[in-house]
Amino acid sequence: MHDMRFAIPRQDINREDFASSIPDFNRKSEIMKTDKGYKCIITNIVRLTEQEKLFRLRIIDTRERNIFRFRPGQFLMLELPGYGDVPISISSSNSNHEFLELCIRKAGHVTSALFSVVEGTHVAIRGPFGSAFPMDEMTGNNVLLIAGGLGIAPLRAPLFWINEHRDRFFNVHMLYGAKDPEQLLFTYQFNEWKMINHITLHTIVEHSTAGWQGKTGIITDLFNDISFDQKMTYAIVCGPPVMFKFVCSYLDKAGIPMNRMFVSLERRMHCGMGKCCRCMVGSTFTCVDGPVFDYWSVMNLKEAI
Amino acid sequence: MIYKIISKAEFKKFIDALVRDNTSFGPRRVDTDCRGEKVYQFLQVASFNDIAFDYTATASSAKHFFLPFCEELSRFVFHDQDWDQHITYETNPIVLIGLRACDISAINILDDVLLNGNFPSPYYLGKRKNTFVIGMDHLPLPDCFCKSMNHHTVQTGFNIFCSDIGEEYYLAVNSSKAFNFLKEFNTRDPLDEDNCRLVARRKLISNSFLSEVDVTGLPSILDIEFDSPVWEKWGNKCLNCGTCAMVCPTCYCYAVEESFETNLKGATRQKRLYSCNLVNFAEVAGGHNFRPKNGDRLKYRYYHQHRGFAENDNQQICVGCNRCGRACLTKINPKDVINDLRMEKESCMICASPSPDRT
Repeated sequence: MHDMRFAIPRQDINREDFASSIPDFNRKSEIMKTDKGYKCIITNIVRLTEQEKLFRLRIIDTRERNIFRFRPGQFLMLELPGYGDVPISISSSNSNHEFLELCIRKAGHVTSALFSVVEGTHVAIRGPFGSAFPMDEMTGNNVLLIAGGLGIAPLRAPLFWINEHRDRFFNVHMLYGAKDPEQLLFTYQFNEWKMINHITLHTIVEHSTAGWQGKTGIITDLFNDISFDQKMTYAIVCGPPVMFKFVCSYLDKAGIPMNRMFVSLERRMHCGMGKCCRCMVGSTFTCVDGPVFDYWSVMNLKEAI
Repeated sequence: MIYKIISKAEFKKFIDALVRDNTSFGPRRVDTDCRGEKVYQFLQVASFNDIAFDYTATASSAKHFFLPFCEELSRFVFHDQDWDQHITYETNPIVLIGLRACDISAINILDDVLLNGNFPSPYYLGKRKNTFVIGMDHLPLPDCFCKSMNHHTVQTGFNIFCSDIGEEYYLAVNSSKAFNFLKEFNTRDPLDEDNCRLVARRKLISNSFLSEVDVTGLPSILDIEFDSPVWEKWGNKCLNCGTCAMVCPTCYCYAVEESFETNLKGATRQKRLYSCNLVNFAEVAGGHNFRPKNGDRLKYRYYHQHRGFAENDNQQICVGCNRCGRACLTKINPKDVINDLRMEKESCMICASPSPDRT
């Protein structure tokens, strides 16, 4: 009789049996970062426009709040239990450990549900995931920040970084375009950016409405207003896919090297960990290798923008 | 690796003992298809006689023991205004019997994908570690092309691999657990003649392949042929059903969905296997689809299998089992698509060299 001896014991999954390559990782910490979310409380909700709201989140657990660090450009997965999770870029300063700000557009299933929650709701965040803008590399140069529409949300994190280290940069231009004046986000901060942080801000709208004092046109029109030394200028571009093409090819013609232009791509990520392949562009994962790419990498990716 | 010889009668006893005390899965005949061929699937077995050891290939692959169609990632329990998240990685140990070399290779590729990098998947690791794999060699089907993908033999990733050498099995024992099990049965060390019989068997398998796909330099061909009309041609045939990804032993793309339980006291976060051929695979919030056309999605599938993966992990993800070709409702066959693509370039008008004959 070959009785119980042949039963395979329930195994401790950390123990090696035959798989040749065993991942070397501290399971608990990884689980904290990936599958289990940090529980947050929504402390403040600001309605910016008809479609966008700014959520202010605070991680409840003190220890978790202290270990949560991110770099400008990274994103997190925001989870509303029962509805799902969505990738949202962080648009607050990375030196602020007290709260996170997320600018969210009502676009899909989860974000629609988010629009109906009230202050004090508990949500979960996982992350941060992805690559970041190389802010240190840009030190000592001019910076062009070019945003279209909701593209200003991921640009706010590097903008905060620049504002906090303003002495490390020369001229900082911010070009911001939107469909119409009502769609302009963070208008209440424009004066602060201009006056206190000495950022040259140019805004433009496609369709002007009554009372609009500024320019009308598309974002590339703003390039006529500014001049920059292409040898020492970095550009950060974020916006709808069609904007990348025009803006980046303009900057390319203007002489900014491709590896000094950074774009933040958008895909629908389901895991954030490079496993579900939903955000794959060619052989590149937007969630692990991106969302921040230099333009050279983007040019080498087929169907990226 | 330790090699042993076991007679077929003794092997039956071994399998019976193993099957009796463990949850075991093996190939079983389930149906006959429209062409009159037998359909096999991996199903639970209770004894040696349940297992169809002479099976050709199962319709769906063994990946579902590691990547179920639907898997719970975490559970939320609501109370008052708050919730708690619960995650379990626990799995029950299972025995898989009769996997083909390409099936085991496919699992090895999944190991590379899901257990490496910054975020190894604990769900997969738990299942992988609790699985006892017995491999079995076989003569290829006419449309198998694993030899072209170099997956007709396998070196690692199994506990025991059996090669049929007439009246006996030549066992490659790859784990201490398997070796301890085998101690209870009559086995002997291989002799010279056994080795010769094994080599003859391997040669026979290797020479039995009727289908061949030339994959040398395929990653760069795919790169050059990005805008090829071939994609549109095959894309027009595609029905976007996603069957190919479901039967593929290495396709692992998934979607994460969340749903409330009907009593509203909890919610579950589930992972569902997905297919890049499904229409909304690359759709983002707001409705923009990055791959709107059939051809785009079909192309992406080949890109991921043969190029993207080759760039990231230095191997192509396809193992050449041709399950997708067999399962496809519109007869889209990877062999034909790849050959077509290669011809497209090699027979192009600008090139000086005449195109080789189409096989």
